[in-house]
Amino acid sequence: MRPFDYLRAESPDAAVQAAAAPETMFIAGGTNLLDLMKLEVLAPARLVDITRLDLGGIEADGDGLRIGALVPNSDLAADPRVRRDYPLLSRALLAGATGQLRNKATTGGNLLQRTRCYYFHDRDTPCNKRTLGDGCSAIHGVNRNHAILGTSEHCIATHPSDMAVALRALDAELELLSPNGSRRRVALADFYCLPGDTPHVENILEPGELITAVILPAPVGGRQIYRKVRDRASYAFALVSVAAAVRVEDGLIAHVALAFGGVAHMPWRDGAVEGFLQHQPPSPALFAEAASRLTAQARGFGANDFKIPLLQRTLAAVLAEATEVTA
Amino acid sequence: MNITLRVNGESHDLDLDPRVSLLDALRHHLHLTGTKKGCDHGQCGACTVLLNGRRINACLTLACMHDGDDITTIEGIGADGLTPLQQAFIEHDGFQCGYCTPGQICSAVGMAEELRQGWPSHVTDDLTADPELTRDEIAERMSGNLCRCSCYPGIVNAIRQSLGEQA
Repeated sequence: MRPFDYLRAESPDAAVQAAAAPETMFIAGGTNLLDLMKLEVLAPARLVDITRLDLGGIEADGDGLRIGALVPNSDLAADPRVRRDYPLLSRALLAGATGQLRNKATTGGNLLQRTRCYYFHDRDTPCNKRTLGDGCSAIHGVNRNHAILGTSEHCIATHPSDMAVALRALDAELELLSPNGSRRRVALADFYCLPGDTPHVENILEPGELITAVILPAPVGGRQIYRKVRDRASYAFALVSVAAAVRVEDGLIAHVALAFGGVAHMPWRDGAVEGFLQHQPPSPALFAEAASRLTAQARGFGANDFKIPLLQRTLAAVLAEATEVTA
Repeated sequence: MNITLRVNGESHDLDLDPRVSLLDALRHHLHLTGTKKGCDHGQCGACTVLLNGRRINACLTLACMHDGDDITTIEGIGADGLTPLQQAFIEHDGFQCGYCTPGQICSAVGMAEELRQGWPSHVTDDLTADPELTRDEIAERMSGNLCRCSCYPGIVNAIRQSLGEQA
C-alpha cells in the first residue's frame, strides 16, 4: 500500500474542506477502499476519516425516513421501520456481503462501491476506469459478470451494490454537503452516470462533496421482493438482481417500481416497462412482454450473453410472485 | 501516529504508520497471533475480531481509525477456561487444521449477539419475526468464514449446540 496522510475530521464542514484537496478521499467503513488500496488500484495521498462525525442514526423525515450516511448496513437492514415499511431495502442489504462486512460498511460507502470488474482490479491489464484512454480489457476478455445495458465501447463494468438497486426502486434521494458549505438533494435516479466516453466518472459528486444522508419517501406498500441470482447461495455479487415493489388493486397493477442490478453501470430502471405494466391485469403473457421490452436494447459480449434471458426470466418470476399469478 | 487500543480489556499505546491494518497491529505490534491472516481482503474471515462487541474483518480497517476502541480477539475468549462454544467445536470436530478457527469462534460470538437482538438474515422467511436457529440460518450468517478443510457440518453443529439447540 502506498503511503498516505491520515486526517480525522472533527466536523462535516472540516471534512469536506479537507477532502476538496487533490488526491484526497474520505474513509468510513473502508471495506472496499482498503481492499483497492492494498492492490494499489487506488492510491490516495490523503485519507479523511469521517467515522467520528455525527452522521449516524435513522429518523423520521415527514412520512419517510432519513438514514445517516454512516449507518452500518447491518443496522439499516435490522431497523424495525425498514423491515416493516421498506422490506425491499432490508432484503437487498441482507443479500449482500457477509455479517462482518455489513457491520463495517456504511450507507454512504455502499453507494460509492467500485465495480468488481476483474480488469479494474488487475493493474497489469488496461482499464479505462483506472487510466482513461488505455482501453477496456473486458469487452473482448472475460466478461461473465459484466453489463448488458447502457454499456459503451469504453467500459462494460457493472455497479456491484444490492442496496443501491433497492433504493433506486424506492425513489430514494441523497443529501450532499459541498466544500463551500452548501447542501443539495439529488435523486438517486440522477446520481450515477453511464460510462459513455468517461467511464472513470461514476457519479455526479463534486470534488470534496460528501453524502450525509439518504432520504426515503413515504412507504409505497404492496409486495416488495429482492431476487438476486448469483453463482453461490451466499456472499457473491449478483449476476442479475431484480428489486420490485408492486401493488395490485381490483385485479389491475396499481403501482409498480422495478430496478435491476448486475446488468449496468448503475442500478437500472426503465420507466417505459413500468408504464407498460401499469393498470394492466397481471398475466404470464404480460410479464413476458415486459421482460422482452426491458431487454430490447440489451447487448451481450460473449461470456455474459446468458444474462439477457436470465434477466427476462428473473423479471417474469418476480412479477409472478409479486402479483400471485401462476403460469 | 499515536493511538491507544483496548484489547481484551488491556490498554496498549502504539505508534503506528497509518497504513497498518488492525490485523497487523494485533499480530505484529501486540504479538497477539491468534487472529489469523488468510486472504487479507475480507473474503475468508480468518481475521474476524469483535470491535466494540461487533464482529468485523480486522484486515479491512486501519488501526489508526480505532483509537480508544475496545477489541476482543480469540486470546480474550475462554482465557479462564474454554467457553461452551469452544468446547462444542472440539466435541463436533469443528476444525481440522485449525487456521480458520479463531475467526470462526469470534464470528460465532458476534453472530450470537446479532441473533439475540433479532436481526434477520437473507434466509429469514419473516422479516418482522424473531429468526429461528435452523442450519440454514447459521450457514448463511457464517458465510463470511471459510474453512478450507470444509468442517462446515461440525461448525454448524457446534454453534447450534452452544446456542442451546439440538445439534
